[in-house]
Amino acid sequence: MGEPKSLRVAYGEALVKVGEHNDKVVVLDADLSHATMTCLFAEKYPERFFNMGIAEQNLICAAAGMAYSGLTPFISTFALFGAGRAYEQIRNSISYTNADVKLGLSHSGLSVGEDGGSHQAVEDIALMRVLPGMTILVPCDPIEMEKAVFASLDIKGPVYIRVARPVCSCITKDNDPFIPGKPNVMREGTDIAIFATGLMVSEALEAADILKANGISAAVLNFHTIKPFDSEAALNWAKKTGAIITVEEHSIIGGLGSAAAEAIAEISNLRFDRIGIQDRFGQSGKPADLFQRYGLTAKDIAQRCTMLLSKGYSQSWL
Amino acid sequence: MACTVEEKQRLQDIARELRLTIIDVTAWSGGAHVGGSLSIVELLTALYFKYLNVDPERPQWEDRDRFVLSKGHAAAALIPVLSKRGFIPEEELKTFNHFGSPFAMHPDSNKVTGCDASTGSLGHGLSIAAGMGLAARYLKKDYKTVCLMGDGECCEGSVWEAAMSIANFKLTNVITIVDRNRLMIDGFTEDVMALEPFAEKWHSFGFDVIEIDGHDFEQVCSALEKGWNATEKPVFILANTIKGKGVDFMENNVVWHYASADSALCEKAKASILNL
Repeated sequence: MGEPKSLRVAYGEALVKVGEHNDKVVVLDADLSHATMTCLFAEKYPERFFNMGIAEQNLICAAAGMAYSGLTPFISTFALFGAGRAYEQIRNSISYTNADVKLGLSHSGLSVGEDGGSHQAVEDIALMRVLPGMTILVPCDPIEMEKAVFASLDIKGPVYIRVARPVCSCITKDNDPFIPGKPNVMREGTDIAIFATGLMVSEALEAADILKANGISAAVLNFHTIKPFDSEAALNWAKKTGAIITVEEHSIIGGLGSAAAEAIAEISNLRFDRIGIQDRFGQSGKPADLFQRYGLTAKDIAQRCTMLLSKGYSQSWL
Repeated sequence: MACTVEEKQRLQDIARELRLTIIDVTAWSGGAHVGGSLSIVELLTALYFKYLNVDPERPQWEDRDRFVLSKGHAAAALIPVLSKRGFIPEEELKTFNHFGSPFAMHPDSNKVTGCDASTGSLGHGLSIAAGMGLAARYLKKDYKTVCLMGDGECCEGSVWEAAMSIANFKLTNVITIVDRNRLMIDGFTEDVMALEPFAEKWHSFGFDVIEIDGHDFEQVCSALEKGWNATEKPVFILANTIKGKGVDFMENNVVWHYASADSALCEKAKASILNL
């Protein structure tokens, strides 16, 4: 069992390890190196760390130029300013050219906390998902974060790694497989399958415990890769359980829920629901309070699962 | 002297042929950004036939000098110059813009041999060049990166982010050029969104500003020479040009920003070029 750690710290430490293995790896940041934790890499490898200042458009395209010149840049800033503000730079200079750039964008989702709605990227997965050739990894704990950083190096082309801010416990083990594109079954179950990603995986596991106490057998799948999406796994679990619920710290539009819906839409009589941010912005608060307010806690997930499985189910409660 | 009399003659001959090919491409393609392609002919000719250390036999040679055409809409000039330099068979230019062709309105480096960056979305190129310059420094390579932008393009805020970073990192291995033809799509730059005092802006950002007539080979070569030898400050070349240069009825007229050409127009345009 690894020690509890912020995913951004795990990301920063993983970059240092990657740097040891590969001298073509360079890191760029936009004046947030002590928040994204790329400062750890900067300290170890100052000659290949580039602070581009608060200028995200230049950050992205300069990294593209480095990739065209044979380097493998990892870019960090807040998810909102990278995926959001510099979206078109990512689209045209990285995705369109299939440049070997890794976007380790931090402070994603509601769990940014007190920075508030202006800084909480709850749409970054949606923005990245529509880009051809973009791989999207959303690690659920510090152990998976390190695996994701290393796995991204083996993928030729752009990779988006979603990094969250809070400290979280390790729910996976060192020897668990991490194969991009293949979700991990965290818990077997027969009545319903919970598809979760990122910080929501631990909430989903807890929800499965609550459900179990109430006689409901819930499977939990860790979708650490949103793209390429494993439609086959989604279909198989839909057929197996007849009920799917997705959970993500992201808008219900365009993320894991949408990817799952697209994959399983053809199945009739399927009970399906998406838990996430209901087409609204975030707000300031402690992550735990926000998860409660936005219905993302284990209790909420268990309740929604129970409702989905109830006889006269309808979504009218929304 | 940066350019001998014989060399000037040689470059002028190439430039004339390139202008004729740009008119052909405008016809073959069904439409091209002809005005802004004609304005950069001398700049491209001097770069590809005198300064850039590139090798058509090894287009991906890692020590080559890089060129980023940030004003990617002028692919109708870049692709003919790459062809003339030996990267692309001349016959292939006839497919320009056609379905399945590697050549489109904006250059795609994954499809066009010898092209170092996919451009067209304005305001990307100078940042890409900055990244190439930083990579060269880290990899301990001597190559230069030249970026050519349009003047209208400099409305993009990202251009100034890039400028700040080139000065900050003292990237003397990056040479920045602006094609100052004074026209953008909706009219004169000074009417649409004033750029002046333009030279002062670049100077204050930390560049060694060299203002030239972008159609005079002696001045173009002299400025590029300074760029190649820069050690203190990165060089910015403000190339004053004429949009549509060489075709009398296209010169300095915004309607020729983008145009198609039938055979009669081609003939008229070529006659004007040959009288230049």
